[in-house]
Amino acid sequence: MATWIQAKKTLDLKQHMGSIRMDFPILNQRVHGRPLVYLDNAATTQKPRAVIQAMAEYYESQNANIHRGVHALSEVATSLYESARETVATFLNAQSPSEIVFTRNATESINMIANIMGHDQIKPNDEILLTELEHHSNIVPWQFLCERTGARLKIIPIQESGDLDYESAVKLFGPRTRILAITHVSNALGTVNNLPPLIALAHQYGAAVLVDGAQAAPHIAVDVQALDCDFYVFSGHKIYGPTGVGVLYGKREWLDRLPPWQGGGDMITSVSFQHTTYAEPPHKFEAGTPPISQAIGLAEAIRYVQGIGYPAICAYEENLELYALRRLLETPGIQLIGQPLKRASIVSFVMEGIHPHDIGTVLDQSGIAVRAGHHCAMPLMEHYRVPATVRASFAFYNTYEEVDTLATALEKTWKLFQP
Amino acid sequence: MSDLLALYQDIILEHNRSPRNFRKPAHISHEAKGFNPLCGDKVTLYLNVEDDRIQDVGFEGSGCAISTASASLMTERLKGLTLADAASLFQQVHHYLTQNSATSPLDPELGKLEALGGVRQYPARVKCATLPWHTLQAALLNRHAPITTEMETHADE
Ligand SMILES: Cc1ncc(COP(=O)(O)O)c(C=O)c1O
Repeated sequence: MATWIQAKKTLDLKQHMGSIRMDFPILNQRVHGRPLVYLDNAATTQKPRAVIQAMAEYYESQNANIHRGVHALSEVATSLYESARETVATFLNAQSPSEIVFTRNATESINMIANIMGHDQIKPNDEILLTELEHHSNIVPWQFLCERTGARLKIIPIQESGDLDYESAVKLFGPRTRILAITHVSNALGTVNNLPPLIALAHQYGAAVLVDGAQAAPHIAVDVQALDCDFYVFSGHKIYGPTGVGVLYGKREWLDRLPPWQGGGDMITSVSFQHTTYAEPPHKFEAGTPPISQAIGLAEAIRYVQGIGYPAICAYEENLELYALRRLLETPGIQLIGQPLKRASIVSFVMEGIHPHDIGTVLDQSGIAVRAGHHCAMPLMEHYRVPATVRASFAFYNTYEEVDTLATALEKTWKLFQP
Repeated sequence: MSDLLALYQDIILEHNRSPRNFRKPAHISHEAKGFNPLCGDKVTLYLNVEDDRIQDVGFEGSGCAISTASASLMTERLKGLTLADAASLFQQVHHYLTQNSATSPLDPELGKLEALGGVRQYPARVKCATLPWHTLQAALLNRHAPITTEMETHADE
């Protein structure tokens, strides 16, 4: 938990920015001789000292394998790991920690579900609904599933604003719809999808719903029971935690019904060469030694975020984003890609006549880290007929001054490329 | 900004704004496609070779300033060369672009192409400059499968 937080009220983060930034040691450095301006938070976020320390402490004094030893250290490690699961369960408002499976990342969580759904849930000509906003990791696993089962993909289109076309979406549902796999927040445009009506519709048709929360969890308080989704996935490293750990939330009835994915240690109750019985969820889905230190680090990251509180984070990030949009619109040559009704700390843009890759290089020389590329969302780039965009993505530790630095560097870029 | 001016020299910026030979020639004997999956840069190169000589050359595609200028400068230079000359030009330019700028001097024989050398201080951008050249190599060999900069990684090592 951040030490500078005292009272339980909605903080004005602007007034605490000095302390917040001191919690993130990496931010205090120079790149190409300029102070680092880290605006690539949608790719991965930086880690507060509390997370780094929790992981160091684990390795310095608590490390053991879990669920295996009767010795003291193993018990400590097991209890830390299982309490990390409880932290995640509470964080997502799951009904029980048994609904939380630790994976390697959001991608692995999606692959697991796409894989085990193929066992007996999906038949030829069944339909899997995705949206045009999806990250490749919420497209390709479903293509694999279609290849294996003869099912088909159907794609919910977007409007020019980058919001889903809800009218078309309604028409795409049908009796063959088995799965709706949909992002909560678009990593390329920042669009926050209005999930409840789509989830309700999917359920009317008896389809399961997987929500890709990789870009939502860091910015929006998630309540899986209120959403009523069947699965929710996110990555630890995008929410101020370490790499190597991801989360799969699954409703208990689904986790009971679905077969395991990988086989190995820790996911069984008994093994003989004739017959193996599986452990109960969530252990059924965690074959082999899990990411123990990473799960502990993730729990610490969640406590850090909860310490600040989503109301404060949302209020600050919304204002910062509005300021960034205003500054960008004042900058010559800038064209925003996507102007969704609601966005979460991500702004994508292009500059007339200047390729995003070149903008990325010029910004880097000013110490600014942004992403220039297709953002693993090639179908979406195709929609806007751009090969790539520049994406600035914000975290609550970014400042108004950093937005100014970005705007100034973009003006310089514009001038450099004019005849 | 001073480093940036070495990368984005006037001639690069000018060729990016007005690329030469940016068209599909009427007669084509050799053709290849190049793709950089990391940034999405795409280039298709067309050659019309008669009597072992490149009579016409053009390119299409979309890319950053570096890859566009590199393709434009390349096509300017290729016209009139024999296939053997073009192949050795590929070797010369590839060597020049992928050498460390500190240890390898500019190559005055390259003429205008020397301006591409700015990328040598930007490891992330070298592939932008080499993409059209690898595409040329594929076209000379009349290789039909699109080449990508990720294959090039191996070739460069
Ligand atoms: C929307 C979305 N989904 C999934 C992923 C995949 O996350 P990871 O690479 O951590 O598995 C990302 C990461 O960029 C993302 O932005």
